[in-house]
Amino acid sequence: MEKITFATQLLQYLITGLTIGSIYAMVALGFIIIYNVTEIINFAQGEFVVLGGLVMVVFHVSAGLPLVIAFPATVVLVMLVGILLDRLAIRPIRKPSVLTLIIATIAASILMKGVAMVIWGKDPFDLQAFSGRDPISFFGAIIQPQYLWVIGFLILITISLSIFFNSTIIGKAMRACADNPDAASLVGIDTKKMILLSFALSAAIGAIAGIIVTPISLMEYDRGVSLAIKGFGAAILGGLGSFPGAILGGLIMGTIESFGAGLISSAYKDAFALIVLLAVLFFKPSGLLGSVEISKMKRF
Amino acid sequence: MLRISKLPIAIFFAIIICFPWIAKHIPAIGHYPDLMVFAGIYCLITIGLSLLMGYAGQISLCQAAFYGIGAYASGILTVRYGMNPWLCMLIGMGISALVALLVGAPSLKLKGHYLAMATLAFGIIVFIIFNEEVELTGGPDGMRGIPGLSLFGFQFDSVNKYYYLVWAFVFAAFIFTINIIQSRTGRALRAIHSSETAASAMGVNISRFKIIVFIYGAVLASLAGSLYAHYLNFINPSTFDLFVSIKLLIMIALGGMHQIWGAIIGAFLITFLSYEWLHFFGEFEIIVYGGILLLVTIFLPDGLAGIPGIIKGWFRN
Repeated sequence: MEKITFATQLLQYLITGLTIGSIYAMVALGFIIIYNVTEIINFAQGEFVVLGGLVMVVFHVSAGLPLVIAFPATVVLVMLVGILLDRLAIRPIRKPSVLTLIIATIAASILMKGVAMVIWGKDPFDLQAFSGRDPISFFGAIIQPQYLWVIGFLILITISLSIFFNSTIIGKAMRACADNPDAASLVGIDTKKMILLSFALSAAIGAIAGIIVTPISLMEYDRGVSLAIKGFGAAILGGLGSFPGAILGGLIMGTIESFGAGLISSAYKDAFALIVLLAVLFFKPSGLLGSVEISKMKRF
Repeated sequence: MLRISKLPIAIFFAIIICFPWIAKHIPAIGHYPDLMVFAGIYCLITIGLSLLMGYAGQISLCQAAFYGIGAYASGILTVRYGMNPWLCMLIGMGISALVALLVGAPSLKLKGHYLAMATLAFGIIVFIIFNEEVELTGGPDGMRGIPGLSLFGFQFDSVNKYYYLVWAFVFAAFIFTINIIQSRTGRALRAIHSSETAASAMGVNISRFKIIVFIYGAVLASLAGSLYAHYLNFINPSTFDLFVSIKLLIMIALGGMHQIWGAIIGAFLITFLSYEWLHFFGEFEIIVYGGILLLVTIFLPDGLAGIPGIIKGWFRN
């Protein structure tokens, strides 16, 4: 047994922090995909992550489907939930104001949480790790193989999103909606379809985050709020609306939480991220990579 | 919307005064005065929240935190330090006002989503503190032995006595709030709601008014918390968690947040739903709440208090 030095301890916190931070980054990406197209903050974003984890448990553990089938099946199912959310909760609102939209997504989130409680009960569920649980030693720190999957998926999602938004016609159309919905519909872009697509895409990223984090931290029905608020904190920290900002914000948020829990107090683990969120909101609401000019152009 | 007629208020409080006597004679509703104590406690919070959300247009997802600060101030100061309950109530309200000022001053510069998230985060932090500061708050197990209230030797020791005490507070808060709404402050708040830019162009000091209303709501919630603690003689953190803040939001959305009556209607309905009518749903009541909130937001944006307006509109056409 190697002696655990303070340095390896710090390295361990950093690795854990970056892993959990990758999850927050994915939640933050989900937030800003919807926000950029619709200017709505979807308070039910965390519920997509919870559903991803729990549906995967059904497909992979209960139904015994192999990983390569269960994974995409779960993502597609949660995407359908995202589409339903847009069709049933957001689009029917006749006089959309920021207050009613916030309340509608909060309503949807507690509804989804309640349904998850009915279906899965209150116990946390485990999922087997994708490539076993034999820890890898790295300069004395321990890396679970699943950590690498999480970080790998964040990289994969980042690359896919940048190709999608920069090089495909649909991605460019979505960006046009984000810049100016009226002008976008003038040039023939179906903005309603783009909004629907943004909900589907955001749900898919949430589902992926849920699937890959469940083998590490288990998943239960009421995890949504804390994931949502930390993901939002990450998006704000990076600058709401900025993709690189969301990823950077997520990683910083996860690292702060991990160091705070390890070095200061594990009882207040959840409070650190929230205090960071409040500090950013109070002192620099435009975030690290966001711009004040863009935030002034937004309606809400 | 600014004029509030006096007759319904008089009728309503006359019914409130007679209610315990009526309930005594009908066995099926014999326990209703007990529920009405809770309804009154919630009314105090929703009146403040309605002023903040419906009139000033600012969202708050942390009212349960101020509710808890009031309850814990009363609980901790009476149980651990043996102080006079009324004094503790005032201290609780003072602490809440101070916290509201400190949190509100930077938060209320924020708009929409940012404000919602800031208040949400603050509410969760307070909840974590209630849970973790075990030596002070008793942690998740809660705190027992909080004394009841008495005034000049008169003990508020029965349900009916406490009922009148709580509703006296509600009456005072209601009248005071109506006066605010009908004053210059009320007009300023409406102006802020319709357009902050226009309001500030007209010389309304937006941030000052927003903070005043936020503090007012926090003080009322704190008073409600103290009344709750002295009534049940026991508090634990789950009474003040995020879901309670959301439930308060549901109350004013259901009742109608643009009219002060909405706060009363919503507090009544949700109290009776959760303590009485939804019992057989058990933990699944959360689905009912989510459904109610979603349906009201989509189909009744002005809540139940907005229905008379809708009916009037039909007749006019």
